[in-house]
Amino acid sequence: MQAAGYPAMTAAAPAPLWRSFDLKWVVIGVCVALTVYIAVIPLAFLLWQSFFTPHTAAKAAEFTLNNYVSAYSSTETLRLFWNSLKFSTGTALLAFVLGTALAWMNERTNTPFKALFFALSIIPLIIPGILFTVAWILLGSPKIGIINLALQNWFGLEQPLFNVYSLWGMIWVDGLHYSPMAFLLMTAAFRAMDPSLEESATMSGANIFQVAWRVTLKLTWPAILATLLILFVRAIESFEVPALLGLPVGIHVFTSSIYQAVHRYPSQIGLASAYAMTLLAITTIGVYFVSRLSSAGNKYATMTGKGFRPRPIDLGPWRWVAAAIFIVYFLLIVVLPFLVLLWSSFQKFYSVPSWQALHNLTLDPYRFIFTYPNLSRSVWNTLVLSLGSATVIMLVTSVICWIVVKTKLPGRWLLDNVASLPMVFPGLVLGLSIMIFYLNVDIGIYGTIWIMFIAYVTRFMPYGLRYNTASMLQIHKELEESAAMSGASWGTTFRRVILPLLKPGLVAGWIYVMIVSVRELSSSILLYSPGTEVLSITIWELWENGQYVELSALGVLFILALFVLVMVAQWLGKKFGVKE
Amino acid sequence: MLKVEGLFTEYPNDRGQIVKAAQDVTFEVPEGKLFTLLGPSGCGKTTTLRSIAGLERPRAGEISVNDRVVYSSTKGVFVAPNRRGFGMVFQSYAIWPHMNVFQNAAFPLQVGARKLSRKEIRDKVLRVLTAVQLDQFTDREATKLSGGQQQRLALARALVMEPQLLLLDEPLSNLDAKLRELMRFELKRLQRELRITTVYVTHDQSEALALSHSIAVMNEGHIQQIGTPREIYERPRSQFVADFVGTTNFLDGTVLGRGAQNGTYRVRCEIGDVEVLSDDELRSNDRVVLSVRPEDVELAETRPDGDNVWEARVDQKVFLGEFIDFQVKLGSRILLSRCHPSLRTPIGDALYVKLHPEKCIALKAS
Repeated sequence: MQAAGYPAMTAAAPAPLWRSFDLKWVVIGVCVALTVYIAVIPLAFLLWQSFFTPHTAAKAAEFTLNNYVSAYSSTETLRLFWNSLKFSTGTALLAFVLGTALAWMNERTNTPFKALFFALSIIPLIIPGILFTVAWILLGSPKIGIINLALQNWFGLEQPLFNVYSLWGMIWVDGLHYSPMAFLLMTAAFRAMDPSLEESATMSGANIFQVAWRVTLKLTWPAILATLLILFVRAIESFEVPALLGLPVGIHVFTSSIYQAVHRYPSQIGLASAYAMTLLAITTIGVYFVSRLSSAGNKYATMTGKGFRPRPIDLGPWRWVAAAIFIVYFLLIVVLPFLVLLWSSFQKFYSVPSWQALHNLTLDPYRFIFTYPNLSRSVWNTLVLSLGSATVIMLVTSVICWIVVKTKLPGRWLLDNVASLPMVFPGLVLGLSIMIFYLNVDIGIYGTIWIMFIAYVTRFMPYGLRYNTASMLQIHKELEESAAMSGASWGTTFRRVILPLLKPGLVAGWIYVMIVSVRELSSSILLYSPGTEVLSITIWELWENGQYVELSALGVLFILALFVLVMVAQWLGKKFGVKE
Repeated sequence: MLKVEGLFTEYPNDRGQIVKAAQDVTFEVPEGKLFTLLGPSGCGKTTTLRSIAGLERPRAGEISVNDRVVYSSTKGVFVAPNRRGFGMVFQSYAIWPHMNVFQNAAFPLQVGARKLSRKEIRDKVLRVLTAVQLDQFTDREATKLSGGQQQRLALARALVMEPQLLLLDEPLSNLDAKLRELMRFELKRLQRELRITTVYVTHDQSEALALSHSIAVMNEGHIQQIGTPREIYERPRSQFVADFVGTTNFLDGTVLGRGAQNGTYRVRCEIGDVEVLSDDELRSNDRVVLSVRPEDVELAETRPDGDNVWEARVDQKVFLGEFIDFQVKLGSRILLSRCHPSLRTPIGDALYVKLHPEKCIALKAS
């Protein structure tokens, strides 16, 4: 040590002022300010807007309760509420039943083809909601749906067997779409349970179903409730299915009504805000109870840390039934949707598979897509947005979660909650509130790519925070303190010790945010303008124009690209030792 | 050299209660000496060490090293830990897993205020790695080191910047018993050779006795006693110190009057009247507690000469190899005695107990 580097210590003078403006406080300040700004402002403006008349050139905005009055006095709203409730409950139940059965089969039984279950964890990532919905229209529509036509043919029926353009159709498609999520959540729940609790039930003489019903399910009930709530919230937020399947036949739910209110002429933003506030209230309550449940769930934490895998239950001949169920499910969720898109992508005009159609295979849709003027621009926009938002989110949340996890600053729990706040925003509501804010506060970003960038960063910040927090908790406090004792400043410590050690979470979160950004639709749909389309918007536009075959070609390419991306992510994850 | 005066460090715990970790802690460590803070967990020893390091911000007091004040509540000085230039070894070693051995040891030289050339860094790092016998592992991944090697690397990293002060926070507690004993000698050799002023924190009394020039025994935030290892062990000043350092027999008693020699007293206790030693001035009828170490409870099959001799009966015995522990019964009272294993008196037989007056320490009853 060189004592000369320090002023003589008789100097009791306080440190010079510039020293208190340390880089640490600048970085922390910027990150906190950014977080608060993007998480709180849109919500405040949405609330404000819902109480005011539209601001026009002729007339300033005035306080009014009319938005709520008109939203809640009409029987239309009651129907809306009822529809949303039926749709979300049905979707949540269907997804839950499918997901739980599959999770149980995979975790606890000797069902064959277990390797395929792995695919379930990546399907939700590689098949975006809009493509899944379009694929199911091609499969299940009463006029052109392949399944309908095939069944009609085989059984000689007059009427189509089912109609995807119905409440039941919506529940079917959305429930299927969210079932892998239920599978993942319930798998985690089953894994957290000590298998010896089940084995001791078996030793007490219980049969498979008694064990499953009386021990396994009873012990996992906090996880079950949490899973149901999460699925319910996801379903009530979902936009693609209600928009593509519900709107054409007049089945309205909150999300599709918000979209319609904005796109009507003149647009009724106040009404949309009132709907959005209601939707937000529902999702907030749902998310609140989920977090309550997961903290109460500690009481049921049955993890013993022994880490042994249970002996799988032998289903005997029933295992082939289980395998059949799984294969049918796998066909419904991956194979058929992808094949129907693939088929349609090689047609000149969409037609149902037949020998005649087989002779008319063509690459025209692909040619069209590759020469589509919007394509290169939307690919570019998508890449810029997803890479940019993933990078910004992971860096900002690394500082935020450092503050939350590693410091004792008062109010750090508040920061954690603020940064997680966007979790309760349905994509459409977030899009709406950001739209309103930048329409009113004109800083020149409305209609540019920046407004979408802000929306993406806001929407996916909680995911980045989760990944970083999980990783940050693993870093022992002393690793950082020993850097300080070695003479490193805060900035150096952060750059040379924290960030490298955070790498597993940082990389995993970065890739996850990138993947979900690439597929983002429900916020973008309210914020894009000509020139700032992203891929999912291009798909949406092709759908609106009725260009099904071209859409299919783009969809196939999109799914393949996402597949490659997810595979790279898995490989990187293994390399950097990321768990799940 | 290191001076800590009237140090108070408090912090809120997870439930928001204030933990009074260090209370009025005052001590001095002379240049080149090894000073140990010894105490049970939660006694404030680690907090005191972290306050010296600058990792905790004390509420009051003053800390200075060679007259350079690094913390003072009255002068409003708080030097950030990275500007104090002290070396520290953490309990977990805190070896950075993303760097290899060389990079770990070189880090303090790369980030410090003083800029060194690549060659200077290399030389200094190799010298310190040689001192801890890690020079042949320079390129090894830090995560591939054994526990003892990690411990030595942590020490090398703390020493590489040639700090004025070395802080050690339970550095041996994560090693297995054999290795711990080996490293104890290593650490002592290194400290004595480099003559680096060291503050050592441990809850292990044998470590403290083996390594230190002087020891401060702490309890509930307060320093109970400061002294050389021998003073702490042989002349404890409170029941807590006598109990925490080593094992001991406690006997309640009342002072009868002065004894035969200077500083001795006669005390009436459960086993009879005993001639004892006390550093405190005692008066008749004072209530005291006698502390007698098991190895000072002499057993013999024939009656020894002198005072403080009683007849007793063997109640239990435990053979431990290098010695044998006897529980002997004097009336209704059981005393623990540690003897040479050559004593083979069977259970139930009578023998004689002798307590040397200078080994019976009278402590004021708390």
